[in-house]
Amino acid sequence: MPHTVNCQIDHLSVNIQPGATILEAARSIHIQIPTLCYHSDLCVAGNCRLCMVEQVGADRLLPACATPVTEGMEILTNSQKVRHARKVMLELLMSEHRSDCTHCYKNGRCELQNLASEYLVQDGRFIDLVPFKNYTIDDLSPSIIKDDAKCIRCQRCVRTCAEIQAVSALAVAHKGAEMKISTFFDLPMAEVVCTNCGQCVTHCPTGALVEKNYIDAVWQAMDDDARHVVVQTAPAVRIALGEALGLEPGQIVTGKMVAALRRLGFDSVLDTDFSADLTIIEEGHELLQRLREVIRDKNPQVKLPMTTSCSPGWIKFLEHLYPDLLPHLSTAKSPQQMFGALAKTYYARRIGMDAKNMVSVSVMPCTAKKFEAARPEMCASGFRDVDYVLTTRELAMMIRQAGIDFLSLPDDEFDSIMGQSSGAGVIFGATGGVMEAALRTVYEVVTGREVPFDGLNIVPVRGLEQVKEAALTISSPLPEWGFLDGVTLKTCVVHGLAGAREVMKKVADGSCDYHFIEIMACPGGCLGGGGQPMPVSDHVREMRARAIYRDDAGKAIRKSHENPDVVKLYEDFLKEPLGHLSHQLLHTHYVARKRY
Amino acid sequence: MNGLRELVSALAQKHGTRRESLLPILQGIQAHEHYLSDDAMVEVARALDLSTAQVYGTATFYSFLVTRPQGRHVIRLCRTITCVMHGKNQLLKELETLLKVRVGETTADGLFTLLETNCLGQCHQGPAILIDDEPYTRLTPERIRVIVAEYQQKAALESENSGLINS
Repeated sequence: MPHTVNCQIDHLSVNIQPGATILEAARSIHIQIPTLCYHSDLCVAGNCRLCMVEQVGADRLLPACATPVTEGMEILTNSQKVRHARKVMLELLMSEHRSDCTHCYKNGRCELQNLASEYLVQDGRFIDLVPFKNYTIDDLSPSIIKDDAKCIRCQRCVRTCAEIQAVSALAVAHKGAEMKISTFFDLPMAEVVCTNCGQCVTHCPTGALVEKNYIDAVWQAMDDDARHVVVQTAPAVRIALGEALGLEPGQIVTGKMVAALRRLGFDSVLDTDFSADLTIIEEGHELLQRLREVIRDKNPQVKLPMTTSCSPGWIKFLEHLYPDLLPHLSTAKSPQQMFGALAKTYYARRIGMDAKNMVSVSVMPCTAKKFEAARPEMCASGFRDVDYVLTTRELAMMIRQAGIDFLSLPDDEFDSIMGQSSGAGVIFGATGGVMEAALRTVYEVVTGREVPFDGLNIVPVRGLEQVKEAALTISSPLPEWGFLDGVTLKTCVVHGLAGAREVMKKVADGSCDYHFIEIMACPGGCLGGGGQPMPVSDHVREMRARAIYRDDAGKAIRKSHENPDVVKLYEDFLKEPLGHLSHQLLHTHYVARKRY
Repeated sequence: MNGLRELVSALAQKHGTRRESLLPILQGIQAHEHYLSDDAMVEVARALDLSTAQVYGTATFYSFLVTRPQGRHVIRLCRTITCVMHGKNQLLKELETLLKVRVGETTADGLFTLLETNCLGQCHQGPAILIDDEPYTRLTPERIRVIVAEYQQKAALESENSGLINS
């Protein structure tokens, strides 16, 4: 068997590994073939027929995404026949697509629109079928809007929900002309197992699935002089925002982002990284408390492994699919909600502001955060803790609307009190980051020594592998933690809910002996979140992860418990981790939801 | 609900719980319940570890699976051109008058649902209909009246018998 296959694409020779598709071969020599249903994250579907190419000597066109190259194959990607077929395919797709591009949320960022413009699609060859179809818009979810009139039925969302998330809230229903992407009985997304992760949104090539945006509400709050608008920005926003504003993936734009937020009119520009550090303190101490109760006190009521609770998509997933396992979830709120609860209590008091005049906005790489902020229990401050959640994409849109030349902005710094962060808070944005941050603190609390990894970098928990494991043996702990002497702390890190499902099956049947599991709903962790700029691929996620670890390495403070703002918060306000105020403001409870 | 769970678990036992067991299980439920209720699909999803949307997707793909209640007997009238030329439209008119329903509707007594279908493969002996799994061919308005009356008599007899047993 030959090690490579030789073929010709547009009269250029290509040498590629066997099994590669025509699409991959073409891309390897920088020939672009248009695609819609194809996505590098997903299995091949071959249903949009846009990537049709001509094989010399053959009558029928071949789908480039679904056809492996064979020895001696001669492919034409730009013949008259191909150009005609592409145009017809686009026109057919658009005959069933509501092309109201000027009022579409995806206007200017739509793959279908881009191709229509590239191939000069004209009107009139096919009847516009949209008026004949009883299309509906589902906008009942706080996170995601589904508009069937924009759907071209490429099924990227269906494959995303099945392959990446193993949820399948969306599936293909009916057939032929009636075929559509549907939830169970076509119920609203808000009433089914949807976790609001937004991966379908980042994979949708049109405006059929978009985030619900709160841009106007935030403008309105900022325009009201009586309101003090506080904004927090998640760790993964600063390393991806640049992509939506003209930069290559992997650029850290923290300083420019802070400057832009101030220019937009936010009164206090603060950092979710601060509350990420706080989460580590609370969650780390909760882990230690559980270890004490399980290992020393042999309390059967207390559950191990403990899992992280920062990812609202993951939480809703567990509430729906494994309600029996909810006691495994850490009760610590996510950094967004800890921040929200403190903004309208601690911060309001520190700056002498009445919390009722405060509006709390967060910028998140996430659509599920919109749902999380709207959960009825998230009102610990006496008000709704986080009023509006914007995605990274929405912030980019606001920056453009405001006419700010982002790239020329000077770097600026977060406001004080809740603006400082450690490198441990920064890496929350990457899969494995919470685990690494927690181990840096927990190990030091228990032993009084730094975690035994070169430069504090716990490399085994990093990277895009779906399930990662790391073990850390504790030796000569401080007297208080004597029961942990010689205990090997077993940890697991998972990203993507498909992986989470496998690990939780093991937790349910007792076939794993982890102590602590980090789970992030989205591939790559928050950096690959459903609210991040598009397009997304493993390469993009890799670049974002590198930026996060670069940011961490460059920080003077690398451990959450050394964040001076966090230290001061405990001194002045909370007093101690897991204390009375912590329980009131920073911890929460979960609800069992219907599985079906 | 409990009956449904037992029905689904019996069918899962018979056909297995792999993805390819989905179709025979749905057919089994429909044979029993005459349609696939949302409760039934939830039970199937649970038994096969699928999402309900996936079960719904399969259920709505096949014309012979229905997700809304229908009559005890389903009359499917072939709407293809050959049957039309053999007098399908006259047959349809007769059925609509006889049953007092339009295509897609169910009779007031719940006995019949009238539907149209694509080709039944009986082009050489049209017009053709299918009542449940039973094909009837070379139909005329007169013959269809007799056939419908037979089903009605059988149903009346059955309810009389069950009434006798009950008393």
